[in-house]
Amino acid sequence: MSPDGWLTLLLEPFSYGYMSKAIWVSALVGAVCGFLSCYLILKGWALMGDALAHSVVPGVALAYMLALPYALGAFTSGILAALAISLVRRITLLREDAVIGLVFTSMFAAGLLIVSINPTSVNVQSIILGNVLAISDEDVVQVIIIAAVSLLILGLRWKDLMLTFFDESQARVVGLNPQRLRILFFVLLSACTVAALQTVGAVLVIAMVVTPGATAYLLTDRFSRMIWLAMVIGAATSAVGAYLSFFVDGATGGLIVVLQTLVFLGAFVFAPKHGRLAARRASRVTSGVPA
Amino acid sequence: MTLITWLTAPFAFDFMQRALIVAVLVGAICALLSCFLVLKGWSLMGDAVSHAVLPGIVIAQVLNLPLMLGAFAAGLGCALATGYLKRNSRVKEDAVLGIVFSGMFALGLVLFAKVGSDQHLLHILFGNMLGVRWDDVIGTAAVVLPVGALVLLKRKDLLLACFDPAHARAIGLPVALYEVGLLALLALTIVASLKAVGVILVIAMLIAPGAIGFMLSKRFDAMLAIAAGAAIASSVIGTILSFHLDGATGPMIVVVQSVLFAAAVIFAQWKRRRLMAA
Amino acid sequence: MTASPSAGWLAFGRPAPVAHPAAAIDVAGITVTYANGVTAIKDASFMLGSSTICALVGVNGSGKSTLFKTLMGFLSPATGYVTISGMAVADALKRGIVAYVPQSEDVDWSFPVLVEDVVMMGRYGHMNALRLASAADRQAVDQALERVGMAGFRKRQIGELSGGQKKRVFLARALAQGGSVILLDEPFTGVDVKTEAAIIELLHSLRREGCLILVSTHNLGSIPDFCDHVVLFNRTVIAAGPTQATFTEANLARAFGGVLRHVRLGGADLHDDADGRSITVLTDDERPLVLYGEQDRETMVTPGKTEQGA
Repeated sequence: MSPDGWLTLLLEPFSYGYMSKAIWVSALVGAVCGFLSCYLILKGWALMGDALAHSVVPGVALAYMLALPYALGAFTSGILAALAISLVRRITLLREDAVIGLVFTSMFAAGLLIVSINPTSVNVQSIILGNVLAISDEDVVQVIIIAAVSLLILGLRWKDLMLTFFDESQARVVGLNPQRLRILFFVLLSACTVAALQTVGAVLVIAMVVTPGATAYLLTDRFSRMIWLAMVIGAATSAVGAYLSFFVDGATGGLIVVLQTLVFLGAFVFAPKHGRLAARRASRVTSGVPA
Repeated sequence: MTLITWLTAPFAFDFMQRALIVAVLVGAICALLSCFLVLKGWSLMGDAVSHAVLPGIVIAQVLNLPLMLGAFAAGLGCALATGYLKRNSRVKEDAVLGIVFSGMFALGLVLFAKVGSDQHLLHILFGNMLGVRWDDVIGTAAVVLPVGALVLLKRKDLLLACFDPAHARAIGLPVALYEVGLLALLALTIVASLKAVGVILVIAMLIAPGAIGFMLSKRFDAMLAIAAGAAIASSVIGTILSFHLDGATGPMIVVVQSVLFAAAVIFAQWKRRRLMAA
Repeated sequence: MTASPSAGWLAFGRPAPVAHPAAAIDVAGITVTYANGVTAIKDASFMLGSSTICALVGVNGSGKSTLFKTLMGFLSPATGYVTISGMAVADALKRGIVAYVPQSEDVDWSFPVLVEDVVMMGRYGHMNALRLASAADRQAVDQALERVGMAGFRKRQIGELSGGQKKRVFLARALAQGGSVILLDEPFTGVDVKTEAAIIELLHSLRREGCLILVSTHNLGSIPDFCDHVVLFNRTVIAAGPTQATFTEANLARAFGGVLRHVRLGGADLHDDADGRSITVLTDDERPLVLYGEQDRETMVTPGKTEQGA
C-alpha cells in the first residue's frame, strides 16, 4: 500500500461521527476512572470496584424495562449492593471478600435472570461488554454529566480524600468527617462505574478503576503526580483503544483494557525506581560493593 | 396440577434431564471448593481464574486443541502470573489480581472478535445449560468425580494448609504444592462448569455454598456437607423453577443459592438472639 | 491571632500556644462501650493541665487506645464527658487544638506521599476547603522539619525512612499543626535510644511552651525521666497524679496485675553491711523500672543514672 493509502486508512475512523464520539467519550471516562483508581488500589479495594460494576446490572435491566434513565437504575442498585454488603458484614463473621463476592454475584445473576425472563429491549451483550461505538446521544449526555460532576468534586476534595485514606485519625484531628468522605467516595465510584459500563462493559470495569492507578503507583512516589499519571494513562488508553476498535470489529472494551494491561506491564519492567530492571540494577550494585 | 407433577414435569424432556445432572455435578464440586476459598479469603481468586480462562479457550480453538486444555493453562497462568507480579512489585495483591484477570479477559475478547469462533460468546460467558449433550455430561462427570474424590480425600491436609500454613510447613506438608494444587483444582472445576453455567456465573457457585456452610456449622466436615447439600438443592430447585418461569437456568440456580444464604443468615441471627435471651 | 480555620490562611508560622485557651484534658466519669457490647472503659476520670507531660500506662487491652479514640472523637462515651481545653471534643478538633502521632503499625508506609506531604497534612485544618498551601503553611512545615532534624529528608517517600526517622516525621506533623494538646501513641517502639532521647528533648521544649502531652507507652523505665504526671490505666483509672506520688510499686502492681516481671534485691544479696535499702526492678518487656532505697521510701532511678552513680 502506498504511504498515502496508509494515511487514508489510519484517518478513516475519524471520518465517521460515531468514531470521534466514541473516542472522546472513552477518553473522558478513562480519565475519571483513572483518578478514582489511585484511591482504590491504595486501600486494597479492587474487589469493591468489580462488585459495584456487576451489581448495577439488575438496575440497568429494570431501568430499560421500565423506560427509565439507565443511570438511575444502575445507581440505585449499586447503592443497594453497598448497603447489602455492609449489612451482611455486620451480622456475620464471614470474611469481607466472601461477602462482597457473594452480594455482587447474586445481583449479577438476578440481573441476568430478569433479562432472560423479559428479553425485550435489553441487549445483554452491551451491558456486559459495553458498546461505546453505538452509544446514543442521550447516554452521552449522562456520561458527560457524571464525569464532569465527579471531576469537579474530586478536584476540590482530593486532598481530603487522600488524608482520610492515608490516616483517618489525622483526618479527624484536622476536623474532617472520614465517614462522610468515604460515602462520598463510594457514591462517586458507583457513578463512574455506570459511566464505564458504556465503554468497557460490566466485566471489565475493574480494569478501568484499578490498572491506571497501579501503573502510576509504579512510576511515582507522590500522590498528586500519581493522579495526573493515572488520568493521562486512563484517557490515552481509552481513546487509542476506541480508535483501534474500528479495525477489530468492535471489541472496544477488550482493546482498551489490553492496552492498559500492556502499559502496566511496561511500567512493571521499566519504571525508573520501582521497575524490575531498576530493582535488578540496584541489587547488582549492592552485591557489587565489597562488604 | 399437583406438586408432584409440578416437580416432575420438566424432566419429561430429555434436555431437562441432562441439565439437571450437569447442574447437580457442577453445583456439588463448586460447593466443595467454595468452602476452602471462603475460609482462605480467596473469593477474588475464583473470580479471577474464571475470567482468565477466556483467552485460553479462544487460542485452543485456533490451534485445534481441546478447549479444556487451553482454559486450564490460562486459568493456572493467571494465578501464577499474579503471584510473580505481586512478589516483584509494590502493588497490593488484590489490585494485581484485578489487573491480570481483566487483562486476560480483555485479550480473550479481542482475540474472539478477531478470529471469530463457532462458540457463541454469550454461551462461554453464561453457559447454555439446556443445550448440553450427553457427551458434555460425560465430560463434566469425568472431571468432577476425580476432583471431588481428591478434595474429599485430602480435605484435612488442604484445610491445614489454608488455616495455618506455618504449622503445616512445620509438620512437613508441602504447603506451596497444596496451594498450587488447590488452584489447579479450581481451574479444572471452572473448566468443567463452562458448558453449564459459563465463566461468570461459576464465581457465584464458588462462594455462596461455602458461605452457607460457614454460617450454619462449627466444624469443617459439617461445613462441607452443608455446602454440598445446599448447592445440590439449589441446582434441583433452580432447574425446576427456570423451566416453569421460562428463565435462564444458570442465573436461576445462583439466585436460589443467594436466597438460601439469606435464609441461613436469618436463621443464624435468630439462633443467636435466642441464645442471648436464654 | 488565633489559629482557627477561618483565620488560618492569615496565621503566620507556628501559632503561639498562648493564642489557644490553656491546654487541658478533663475526663469525667466516662464509660465507653463498643457496638458489639464490650465495655472497654468503665467510669474513668482524670484531669491534666497545661505544661504537662503525662504518661498513660497500662497492659495491652487495658483500654488505652480506646481512651485515645475517645479523646479524638472516634468514640463518644455512653456516660460521663470529655472536654479538651474546656471545649467539647468536636469543637477542640475543629480548632486544631488536638495533634496526634499514630503508632507505626497504624500507618500504611507504602502510600505514595513524601515526608513534606505528611507534615503538610498537619496544616489542613488551617487551610481553606481546597487545601492550598499558603506561604505560612510552607513556613510552618519548614520549621517543624527543622525542629525534628528531618529537613534533609523532605523529598523522601515515607517508607524509605528508618523507624526513628518515621517517628520524627509524624512528630513534625504535630508541630506543624500547632496543637497545644498532643497525643502520642507508643512513640518509642521500634525507635533507637538516640532518637528516643531526641524525642524526649523535644517534648520537654514543648512543655516549656505550655503544651499538654499525653504519651501512651510501655517504656516504664523512661517515664520518671521525662513525665511529670502518670495515669495508670486498666479499664478505668487505677491511679493518676504527679509521677513521684503515683508511679509507685504498689500502684504498678495494681495496674499490671501479674504481668510485670518483678525482681527485688536487698539485704545480704545486695549489701555486705546492714544497709536496709534494696533494688527493685519492674519491667514488662521494654526498659525496666528500677527502684532503689528502703522499702516504701524508695526513689526512682533510671538505668542511665545508676550507671553514672556507679
